[in-house]
Amino acid sequence: MADIKIEDIIKSENLVFKKTKLFTDKPLSYCPGCGHGVAHRLILEVIEEMGIESETIGVAPVGCSVLAYEFMNIDMAQAPHGRAPAMATGIKRVYPEKYVFTYQGDGDLAAIGTSETIHACNRGDNMTIIFINNGIYGMTGGQMAPTTLEGMVSSTTPFGRDIELMGHPIKMTELVAQLPGTCYVARHAVHTPAAVRKAKKAIRKAFEKQKEKKGLSFVEIVSNCNSGWKMTPVDSNKWMEEHMFPYYPLGEIKEI
Amino acid sequence: MGELRLMKGNEAIAEAFIREGVDAYYGYPITPQSEVMEYLTAERPEKRTGMVVLQAESELAAINMVYGAACTGKKVVTSSSSPGISLMQEGISYIAGSEVPCVLLNVVRGGPGLGDIQPAQSDYFQSVKGGGHGDYRQIVLAPSSVQDMYDHVALAFELAFKYRILVLIQSDGLIGQMMEKVEIGEQKKRLSDKEIKEKYDSWALTGRTPGREHNIVTSLELDQAKQEQFNIHLQNKYAEIAEKEVLYEEMEVEDADYILVAYGSSSRICRKTVNLAREKGLKVGLLRPITLWPFPEKRIAELAKRVKGMLSVEMSAGQMVEDVKLAVNGKIKVEHFGRYGGMIHTPEEVLEALETKIIGG
Amino acid sequence: MTEEIIIAGFGGQGVLSLGKILAYSAIMQNQEVSWMPSYGPEMRGGTANVTVILSDERISSPVLRKFDTAIILNQQSMDKFEEAVKPGGLLLYDNNGIIHPPTRKDINIYLVEAAKEAAKMGSAKTFNMVVLGAYLKIKPLVELGNVIKGLKKSLPERHHKLIPMNEKAILQGMEIVKEEHLV
Repeated sequence: MADIKIEDIIKSENLVFKKTKLFTDKPLSYCPGCGHGVAHRLILEVIEEMGIESETIGVAPVGCSVLAYEFMNIDMAQAPHGRAPAMATGIKRVYPEKYVFTYQGDGDLAAIGTSETIHACNRGDNMTIIFINNGIYGMTGGQMAPTTLEGMVSSTTPFGRDIELMGHPIKMTELVAQLPGTCYVARHAVHTPAAVRKAKKAIRKAFEKQKEKKGLSFVEIVSNCNSGWKMTPVDSNKWMEEHMFPYYPLGEIKEI
Repeated sequence: MGELRLMKGNEAIAEAFIREGVDAYYGYPITPQSEVMEYLTAERPEKRTGMVVLQAESELAAINMVYGAACTGKKVVTSSSSPGISLMQEGISYIAGSEVPCVLLNVVRGGPGLGDIQPAQSDYFQSVKGGGHGDYRQIVLAPSSVQDMYDHVALAFELAFKYRILVLIQSDGLIGQMMEKVEIGEQKKRLSDKEIKEKYDSWALTGRTPGREHNIVTSLELDQAKQEQFNIHLQNKYAEIAEKEVLYEEMEVEDADYILVAYGSSSRICRKTVNLAREKGLKVGLLRPITLWPFPEKRIAELAKRVKGMLSVEMSAGQMVEDVKLAVNGKIKVEHFGRYGGMIHTPEEVLEALETKIIGG
Repeated sequence: MTEEIIIAGFGGQGVLSLGKILAYSAIMQNQEVSWMPSYGPEMRGGTANVTVILSDERISSPVLRKFDTAIILNQQSMDKFEEAVKPGGLLLYDNNGIIHPPTRKDINIYLVEAAKEAAKMGSAKTFNMVVLGAYLKIKPLVELGNVIKGLKKSLPERHHKLIPMNEKAILQGMEIVKEEHLV
């Protein structure tokens, strides 16, 4: 083994995995094991495969993915907390032929930005919302999210989420699926190769719907937050399967 | 000469939005400015110019739609009245922090809180001192007639794109609801997507042009040293605006012993006061700031060297008077007068205040 | 020339549109105008008033305490605005529903029985045009031809067929206006 040189390994015929072209060279700021990086990659792969990188405008949220614009090599804006759908509407209405998407976490989309989310969906703006739901506020240090499960510990629910006190975890995806303005609504995960393949398909479909001008396409990615949940990445994925998926079941919810 | 029409201030400004070649209006109804969106929707601007008019679910959404479209180099505008403008302050601060151009109209009404729907000028602090968070400025234009409402739209967009800054047109219920003769200008063409790309490709989000880096519009900078540098850049820009863009109008100041300082509808009332005072043999003049920020502080300081006193007249409890006092710097007497909470002072009341507070005081 | 007018009456009497037509007519002869309504809760209480200023010069305050002319169309407005007429000024009123007629001796007072006349003409809606005619008879500041042009400008196209009827009402108002008291 000792006499194998690294130059002998780095050869194009040995290449089995490469950085998506549309990723910038900035190192991702996400914790190792977090689903955000994979979700970013899937969006960028879809944009690359569709050949629409010069036709796409994205809107980043406030939250862990606030710096999404640093990693995605496409034109992007950064929205005030929760307002990404309104900004995206503003953009899409003046550029109806461009592809417009928002990338939002659960605090951003399901708490402070609930109104903007619901009304963008209800208006049927021809754009895509990618919703990362990990049941916790990651960036601010692990506080309760609107999607935090009953009994789940966070820094503001140290004894577990008490439904009587805090209300129920909100299922935004089912909620927006009821609105006539949405044309495609799905929930996926990115913790296994099989899940990644399905999630990518859904994101591709969501972007393609923009071309058809049928309304808003909405894809939720249920993700882990190993740091916030205070678990190893492997344990957090297992916990997600056991606890998150029963409450937030995966699959396609609506397609027109 | 353009076409003459009798129009409300709110209608004239809406017509100006269309004729200026604005790409989008995003707004939310609130009295006393709902005529703006009503006029726009009735005019079918999507047919006249292709302009987008969309009623948002809140002022919060409206300002963020404006923010989104402004990031793309399009000409975008919203309008509201005091409580709605308060709700927009979050977006206004972000727009300042990311340096995108756009235009806002505030048809000011009585406050605080829900207040009433009558004319007021009590949003001066909010507009001029910064109603949102952070060290930022916005250019504030104060129309004093329906013609100004029309004309200030072109001026506002010129300044907004020249400095990539938010320009606020600060009107009030009086100018919004009043009808006057307006000369309507030519229809300007909206810029095509290609023209926008050519003009603003260095910063606007138009989809990454092959061969260039991606454009990012953000107000976030986690490195505090860089954030300080950005703030210094903003302050330099504001200093340049303060140097170059001050606008004001004067009436009978040449021989004046006393000066009324008033903007917008108050300045109209004060024009009459000047006439009444002159009839009584009092040498009174009027200085009307057209830009509330940048404020005509140099001109006021100059006048303070040769007049005996100034009365700042505003439909408020006394906001602009602070800037007049700063400019005068203690050299002469400066007082405030104004009815407020939706009440409007008459020319006679202003004259009486001038006589008791400044001349006799 | 500057003419400062208050027109006051009930909502529904066409007070605001009377002011608007007068203002539009003055624009037709290239004068400066302002039209400033009272609005808000006051309007819902039943009374409506509008300040109209016509001038050859740039107009200063649209908000006034004293007027050259008051056109008064109900008792509430009489109570409020009789005192607001400048000495030597004009008060024109319709006596329909007026319990306390004007009493000032230092102003010119004219009566137009416009409500009665409009009813006689079979078109209550032309009431405000009868009033306008009376006013223009006393103060011919705007030419009739320009009033017709003003009507065309301020009425939507579908109502242009009503212009001859309105013109007739204006002429009728000119006919029936009566002096009550002259300074």
